[in-house]
Amino acid sequence: MRAYWWEFTVVLYISVLLWGCEAEHRPRTERISGSAGDVLEDDPVGRLKVFVYELPNKYNKKILQKDPRCLNHMFAAEIYMHRFLLSSPVRTLNPEEADWFYTPIYTTCDLTPTGLPLPFKSPRMMRSAIQLISTTWPYWNRTDGADHFFVVPHDFGACFHYQEEKAIERGILPLLQRATLVQTFGQRNHVCLNEGSITIPPYAPPQKMQAHQIPVDTPRSIFVYFRGLFYDVNNDPEGGYYARGARAAVWENFKNNPLFDISTDHPTTYYEDMQRAIFCLCPLGWAPWSPRLVEAVVFGCIPVIIADDIVLPFADAIPWEEIGVFVDEKDVPNLDMILTSISPSVILRKQRLLANPSMKRAMLFPQPAQPGDAFHQILNGLARKLPHDRSVFLKPGQKILNWTAGPVGDMKPW
Amino acid sequence: MKLSALHQSYLNRRSSNFRGLSGDSSADGSMKSQASVFWLVLHGLCCLVSLVLGFRFSRLVFFLLFSPSTTTNLYSMPFRQAVEASVFQLSTEAANQVLPVNTTTPRVVVGRHGIRIRPWPHPDPVEVMKAHRIIERVQREQRAQFGVKAPRTLIAVTPTYVRTFQTLHMTGVMHSLMLVPYDLVWIVVEAGGVTNETTSLIAKSGLRNIHVGFNERMPNSWADRHRLEAKMRLHALKIIREEKLDGIVIFVDDSNMHSMELFDEIQNVKWIGALSVGILAHSNSAEESSFSLAWKEADNSVIPVQGPACNSSNRLIGWHTFNSLPFLEKSATHIDDRGIILPRKLEWAGFVLNSRLLWKDFTDKPMWMKDLDLFDGVDDMESPLLLLNDASVVEPLGRCGLQVMIWWLRVEARSDSKFPPGWVIDPPLEITVPSKHTQWPDAPPELPMSDKIVDAQGETLAVKRPGKTRRSRSKHDARNKRKHESRNAEVDISEKQTKQN
Repeated sequence: MRAYWWEFTVVLYISVLLWGCEAEHRPRTERISGSAGDVLEDDPVGRLKVFVYELPNKYNKKILQKDPRCLNHMFAAEIYMHRFLLSSPVRTLNPEEADWFYTPIYTTCDLTPTGLPLPFKSPRMMRSAIQLISTTWPYWNRTDGADHFFVVPHDFGACFHYQEEKAIERGILPLLQRATLVQTFGQRNHVCLNEGSITIPPYAPPQKMQAHQIPVDTPRSIFVYFRGLFYDVNNDPEGGYYARGARAAVWENFKNNPLFDISTDHPTTYYEDMQRAIFCLCPLGWAPWSPRLVEAVVFGCIPVIIADDIVLPFADAIPWEEIGVFVDEKDVPNLDMILTSISPSVILRKQRLLANPSMKRAMLFPQPAQPGDAFHQILNGLARKLPHDRSVFLKPGQKILNWTAGPVGDMKPW
Repeated sequence: MKLSALHQSYLNRRSSNFRGLSGDSSADGSMKSQASVFWLVLHGLCCLVSLVLGFRFSRLVFFLLFSPSTTTNLYSMPFRQAVEASVFQLSTEAANQVLPVNTTTPRVVVGRHGIRIRPWPHPDPVEVMKAHRIIERVQREQRAQFGVKAPRTLIAVTPTYVRTFQTLHMTGVMHSLMLVPYDLVWIVVEAGGVTNETTSLIAKSGLRNIHVGFNERMPNSWADRHRLEAKMRLHALKIIREEKLDGIVIFVDDSNMHSMELFDEIQNVKWIGALSVGILAHSNSAEESSFSLAWKEADNSVIPVQGPACNSSNRLIGWHTFNSLPFLEKSATHIDDRGIILPRKLEWAGFVLNSRLLWKDFTDKPMWMKDLDLFDGVDDMESPLLLLNDASVVEPLGRCGLQVMIWWLRVEARSDSKFPPGWVIDPPLEITVPSKHTQWPDAPPELPMSDKIVDAQGETLAVKRPGKTRRSRSKHDARNKRKHESRNAEVDISEKQTKQN
């Protein structure tokens, strides 16, 4: 009996020692669990099946061929999602056993010479695609699209307009009212965010961010960092419209403050500077979301989100309240007081949460896909919505969608 | 035609002009009815007016027509509660004009918002201090996570003695040690006994120190000095043994220069480590030629470095030492010689020890460490390697000697040079140069004869005079120059006085 006790203590001692040694060399991180639980590291394989519709090339490949810039801008998630699903184990070739149906359509690839996507043809394109799938396969009409999902990463999602008032006026495309929308836009109580949509981060090139890493022990000496426009002189010369005046308020209040490293420069050391900063501002622009959030998370800089009622990516899987700092737009003049009143222990905890590699992975769209990345989080989100409620399946002859709703211009064939 | 024109204007707008000025839906708006044509014409007119005015004219008309009680400072920047409320109200109204009726009125509304600026948009010192404390805390945490894991106390051993350049050297060392982020014990061994001079100097650092005296005076020749310094260091090691101080012993000579990375690097030592020391073998002579000649003769183009030599698998195989043979003829033997001051073969400064090696009854003491008592009467300990039975156990630090983080230098004033004690001129000097003898800018130039009236002063002043035409310079400059010159003259005179004494 005594011999066993001795062996047990020896084993325990050694294991504690080993754990202690190992823990010394890793940066301290903390486990992330959101409102849906500890779901960041869930594996969607086996939990759902996705059927990918075969659309003619004019909806995807031809568009990409016409403008390959679509692969690098922040809306590239729609293209990479398609490629991921084509070779993913969740894909099924038998539509009868599929839980979700994916339509590979690139609606955000009609770019201006400067690279901004024009959404004017997107409603017609989407409508044409839906008409095609509803006539060629029976699955759309079975549920009127309730078990279909679409990736619409544009400014205001499926409202298909870059200007908020116009987008609100159009509302979500009527044909997509029942489908699940995977979009970057998220704002509570907004017409362009449906209940049950999945918010994703904008695309940020992972290799570019990896290439700009600096040594981990470089001390963080910048208190607040921001690079970007404060006034959009081209489109909103008087100010007050762009970013609801929040960015202009940041500039006017803190341009003289040495703690705030803010300017409109485009430095080559942008990524390196973020790694030397404690807080990174992520204010809204014309739309509330921004790639700055992704960059801040990847570089370990605590995001300060200044966008009222915003819905952040994977909000049910990631507890953003514990990771970032939320500042109301009306409180921007007191931003310095708000940030300095956060206790150091809270700041250190946020940094530990950000250092968690699963957090960084969840924000990225790497090629090839890795476990825990944004593609898998999207699938996890879709899996959490399963099983479909019996009521989504329409009774024969029942029709819910109104195919003639919407502006007259949308009815024209594409 | 009109269609394409409108579409074209969309494209333009996306890239440069007013955003969505008349962006009423897509280009194929209802063209058929008269009303639409009328609205289009009206819009066109508003466009032109806005282009001229520079802001969105139609919106202004909208606001002024539809909102009953508006304050005119809609577009003003400053922030007042009333304006803010009215702006918010206006923007709500504007939004309501455009928006279709929503089921839930969103908290966030689209439209023009005021830019909120607080009354004093400048940094608040209290907040700045708090922010700096946060930054410091974050950096401390970073150091704890990625820096040295269990930092040990450093024990710095410095042999010193009172002389003119002592303040110069000790201030440098003191400030380096004050910046070290680890616990530090400073053992200062002073040749010639403890003096107030050194005590007051060390006290300024605020570091924990042990200040002891050594009962021999510092001799005048470099060779003897090196020997005495070695003895003083041994004395300090004995103190460490008695006090049972625990940490890493580094030999901080007062005239050496240390980089901060040095103190981080030596935390990696286990028992005894060696670092590369850059040798700034300096010549005391006014002309550089003798040294540089000797240098060229020795056929060296880089600064000499003393330290461990490693093979490709980073194991210690030997030592790089300073080859002093080419310089021996020109080397300085006495402190005020005009020759090159040479270091020993391996300086003590390049070694660090674990203080436990010195303890008397330390059970884990390695076999290769000799006992300190063996060296009681030894005259010359060249380097700490003599403390070891086996020199191969030394750990090479600083990427195997590739990094030079410490520089050796010996610079001393003449041995008979005097300096005010504590570097405080008290009482004030008695000899002052009367101001009448210095030149005013607008005074007529004095004859050169009059400069040489005062014997002691005259010499110095005459040296400074030639080639000075200060007429063009401003009075202020001249006044400063005068003060400067008089002070110079005072110091020179006092020196000369003391010399004559």
